[in-house]
Amino acid sequence: MMSPNVRKWRRFIGKAVVFLLLALGAAIYLFPFFWMLSTSLKDPTEINVYPPVWIPSKPRWSNYAEALSYFPFLRYLANTLYLVVMNLIGSLLSSSLAAYAFARLKWPGRDFWFAVLIGTMMLPGAVTMVPQFMLFRDLGWLNSYLPLIVPSFAGNAFNIFLLRQFFRTIPVDLSDCAKLDGCSEFRIFGQILIPLCKPALATIAIFSFMGTWNDYVGPLIYINDNLRYTLSYGLRAFQLKSGSIWHLTMAASIVVAIPTLAVFFAFQRYFIEGITLTGMKG
Amino acid sequence: MNGNTQMKGVVRTTRRRLRGALYGYLFIAPWLIGLFIFTLYPMILSLYYSFKNYNLANTAKWIGLTNYKILFTSDPIIPISVYNTLYYALLSVPLNMIIGILIALLMNRKMRGIRLMRTIFYLPNVVSIAAVAMLWHLIFQSNYGLLNTVLRLIGIQGPNWLTDPATAKISLVIMNCWNAGGAMVIYLAGLQGIPRIYYEAAEMDGVGPIRKFFSITLPLLSPTIFFNLIMGIIGALQTFTPALIMTEGGPINSTTFYVLALYRMAFRNTQMGYASAMAWVLLLATLLLTLLVFRMVGRKVYYEA
Repeated sequence: MMSPNVRKWRRFIGKAVVFLLLALGAAIYLFPFFWMLSTSLKDPTEINVYPPVWIPSKPRWSNYAEALSYFPFLRYLANTLYLVVMNLIGSLLSSSLAAYAFARLKWPGRDFWFAVLIGTMMLPGAVTMVPQFMLFRDLGWLNSYLPLIVPSFAGNAFNIFLLRQFFRTIPVDLSDCAKLDGCSEFRIFGQILIPLCKPALATIAIFSFMGTWNDYVGPLIYINDNLRYTLSYGLRAFQLKSGSIWHLTMAASIVVAIPTLAVFFAFQRYFIEGITLTGMKG
Repeated sequence: MNGNTQMKGVVRTTRRRLRGALYGYLFIAPWLIGLFIFTLYPMILSLYYSFKNYNLANTAKWIGLTNYKILFTSDPIIPISVYNTLYYALLSVPLNMIIGILIALLMNRKMRGIRLMRTIFYLPNVVSIAAVAMLWHLIFQSNYGLLNTVLRLIGIQGPNWLTDPATAKISLVIMNCWNAGGAMVIYLAGLQGIPRIYYEAAEMDGVGPIRKFFSITLPLLSPTIFFNLIMGIIGALQTFTPALIMTEGGPINSTTFYVLALYRMAFRNTQMGYASAMAWVLLLATLLLTLLVFRMVGRKVYYEA
């Protein structure tokens, strides 16, 4: 056995090493972001130089204005917000309904359909990409927002799974009491369970927001009209000319990234703890 | 009298069961309907189309297995794209796993600012893939890109990352490592599910950290690792968007992944029938691979009794 002093010393070294590794890792992870910010504020002449300019001498904030006039920024922002709100409503509604059924109701075929649900999580998205396009084409929904909105009203396997795990942690006594008082399933669902699930619902809301805001392939495939694109897809305007306008490209990228970062920071307590709490057990 | 009560009981239970079934299916109706309309029906439709030479312009003719024959024998882009996809998957999946586990291990402690750290490592996954691709396109620039500049500062001449066929895929693998935060969160959840009692008991027996890792952490984490392995493989086989944005499949098709080839076939060449065949082959290949992994690795997964 070690003497208590040696053990204390060892523990301290251990903690210091961990801290250093974390700091190093964090620095490496954050550096691209720093570079992005730095480039976005540079004068074009400071970009392709060696030795590199780490911090621009005079931060060129006008880059941002210039970048945002490069594509229909406000238009795309409005489009994106519309899609975000619709998808939020759709996914929250459908996911919570289905999760409740899987978690709290007893009905024939429940376990079978739950297995199907898990199975769809493993379905490669690429496999349904072309078939869904053909379906939407036959429906005449091309070049509209419908293909990007309606599917979210069907719920998403991951969200349903997450919520179901969460519902299961709520004691059955609560809903039993309500049933004794004559509550219908809908009332139990709406007035008791949902309010208790705020962290899980917040997590799903964040996922939905990020998914819609960042969606690139959706607009790529389903939208052809220049005025109806979303912000994430709007960055495409910089793709083709990226060589000579890195400062503008980075500025636009940062602007598009800020809302998701902001939402994430605001709710990260729910988010990371939410996933951790519902856990991979059960 | 007894028989009458029994009958009433049966009727009551059946009625309850019917009510239960009604409510159950009512609640899952949006999901179930969506499943049929947006998943099952399109897939059957695409299977049907894969047997025709459907190309959006002309009227499709039934050509049986011709699409599949071309896919497996004569189309030159298929072997290339399969090779690229497997190459990428073989590199990125293990790397992502290892990095994710390492970071999660470091994160699994109560320290001041640990929440901030967890956020930092997850940040790259929050940002739009389009923005991430632009950023790394800049970083990988041959002449003054960040990576080559840093290498130059320590005296190494960096390669032409995205423009050299030999390094293009590796560049995408490196970029993907930046997104290890996604896996980290899952590993973290798994780690936090391991009861502290085991570690405390081991500590009392004087067990060192390495042995603790291999005898306690790894086995109890194995379900999480298994889950991430499967999801990671499925994800890696579909890699497509970064290649589309950064390299357009080049240089010389070195980053043409299978799904990118599929996308091109469907949306640039409008060969929907052939693309449908490609999609179904991908599905079957993924299923086979998943089953293979289940067989080979599934037994080693330790489930707590």
